[in-house]
Amino acid sequence: MNAETRPLVEAVNLHKHFHGVDVLKGIDMTVAEGEVVCLLGPSGSGKTTFLRCINQLEIFDGGRLYVDGDLLGLRESGGSLHRLSEKHIAQQRRQIGMVFQRFNLFPHKTALDNVIEGPVQVGGVSKKQARIEAGELLERVGLSERADHYPAQLSGGQQQRVAIARALAMKPKLMLFDEPTSALDPELVGEVLAVMRELADDGMTMVVVTHEIAFAREVADRVVFMDGGVVVEEGKPADVIRNPQHERTKTFLSRIIAEQEQHAAAAAELVKPPE
Amino acid sequence: MAEQTVSEKPAATERPGKVEARPVRHPWQWVGVVVIAILAAMMINSFVTNSKWDWHFVWRVMEYRPVLEGLVKGTIICTLGAMVVGIVLGITLAVMRLSTNPVLRGVAFVFTWFFRAVPRYVLLVVLGVGVLYLYPKLDFGLPFTDVHFYTLDVKSVSSGILVGIIGLGLSEAAYMAEIARAGLLSVDTGQHEAASAIGMSRGKAMRRIILPQAMRVIVPPTGNETIAMVKDTSLLSAVPVTTELFFQANAVANSTYLVMPALVAAVIWYLIVCSILMVGQTMLERYFGRGFGGQTGGNKQSWRGRMLSLRAGGGGM
Ligand SMILES: Nc1ncnc2c1ncn2[C@@H]1O[C@H](COP(=O)(O)OP(=O)(O)OP(=O)(O)O)[C@@H](O)[C@H]1O
Ligand SMILES: [Mg+2]
Repeated sequence: MNAETRPLVEAVNLHKHFHGVDVLKGIDMTVAEGEVVCLLGPSGSGKTTFLRCINQLEIFDGGRLYVDGDLLGLRESGGSLHRLSEKHIAQQRRQIGMVFQRFNLFPHKTALDNVIEGPVQVGGVSKKQARIEAGELLERVGLSERADHYPAQLSGGQQQRVAIARALAMKPKLMLFDEPTSALDPELVGEVLAVMRELADDGMTMVVVTHEIAFAREVADRVVFMDGGVVVEEGKPADVIRNPQHERTKTFLSRIIAEQEQHAAAAAELVKPPE
Repeated sequence: MAEQTVSEKPAATERPGKVEARPVRHPWQWVGVVVIAILAAMMINSFVTNSKWDWHFVWRVMEYRPVLEGLVKGTIICTLGAMVVGIVLGITLAVMRLSTNPVLRGVAFVFTWFFRAVPRYVLLVVLGVGVLYLYPKLDFGLPFTDVHFYTLDVKSVSSGILVGIIGLGLSEAAYMAEIARAGLLSVDTGQHEAASAIGMSRGKAMRRIILPQAMRVIVPPTGNETIAMVKDTSLLSAVPVTTELFFQANAVANSTYLVMPALVAAVIWYLIVCSILMVGQTMLERYFGRGFGGQTGGNKQSWRGRMLSLRAGGGGM
């Protein structure tokens, strides 16, 4: 295995249940360094839960999950498993950035202060240094002008771009996106996807849960289709999206593509100049 | 009252222009204003002409040294002290109540249960009299042995004011705990997750992310509690503490038989202290409200909102 394809994320037979209901039923998945993986699947299939397990916002019940070779949340010693302390878990999280569906910016802090919070409070970076880097990050997501704005003064798309900058400020090895554009008005989706596309072009390893089929087709290196807590099908986006092998994948894709075409048509109708 | 009339009907070819309508009239409002004005004039007239009010004496009581000392030590310092104890302990209790550790949760629950049930007056009497009687000396050492490192003579340190601050503070903590808990619960769970996701420990997330947002919900009722505390310092005579505003004003009243002027002096001081606190509260609210809602020209509105909320919440105090 050479450096190019070293697995950054490795899930082995991952299980998770909530109050006795199995949500993840043995997920096996690897994400190589620099790879962009899009997770598709119907509602309730466990996509969010899988992402949250990678970031240890949920604790998995079975199987193993490795990020960059580290076993997450657990330590093996003397042939038995021990849970890691909260401090240790926080350390493991620092190498992973997460972007939420509902942005979750800190509303009492300006855009710039949102971005420097992690580096200064957790990373031990000086405030001055963090400000410089945050300025660059905000420029990268096209929001230099808005550094002093509070989240409530920003549009949804701008908030999500700040949230991406905030996650990047920790210099993560891996970025997780949970439906980053589904809480946005249609006309704001593009600006967020553009930032993510650039990030992918820069070689960031990304796991993206999304319903944006066009984005998956153009940006993803691999598409993984989940349903009912298992991986049903995976492969190159062109193959999976154009030529799905499984019935469930076919049904899901045809429904979602029809939906998106409808949306696109409606949007086109909206922007059509009046006669 | 449909008195709105649009002044001119636009000509058929013209498109309707600026609305120049007369506002709805409220004639009864004016009747009310006149009645209130007459009553106010009568009152002022009686203040000035009824010599029993004796404003000169009121002023002298207000600046009488023991009264001033009572105001500063008994009322102001005790209020501040008790509120500091109450807020710090109350927030700690609230965090304990929301913790995953059942021992912490239980301790916080029992504390709140106890101090909410005991009336403040009774609590102050018990602390003032009982503690000294039960524990004249405090030994610091290994529990259940005769090993003592240090023995504290309680009588020598137990100044009434300190007992008052502790008593009122403990009682206040029980109420502040509930207020702080409501505040902490008002913060979206996404905020905890976002803080965790950038690698913050739970303690740091609480201090830097959750509490500052909870403060927006915590500050207004805390302002009410502070104002209530100013008034509750008049219970300090139970400890007994005598350097306290009401006790001193009452003493003047009893010794001079000029009861009304002496008590009016106390009332005026309470009014002044509470007014200053209200201004402070407004400033705090503005600080912790940053980032929520627009920051342009909200001053007037927030003042009005505050007055309304005081009126609505004041009854329960
Ligand atoms: N904290 C929780 N407690 C109980 N059940 C949960 C919890 N979180 C998720 N679930 C359940 O787990 C299942 C999978 O949820 P998950 O959010 O992972 O799905 P998803 O694929 O992200 O769906 P969507 O596309 O709607 O976001 C759902 O049936 C959900 O009800
Ligand atoms: Mg989801």
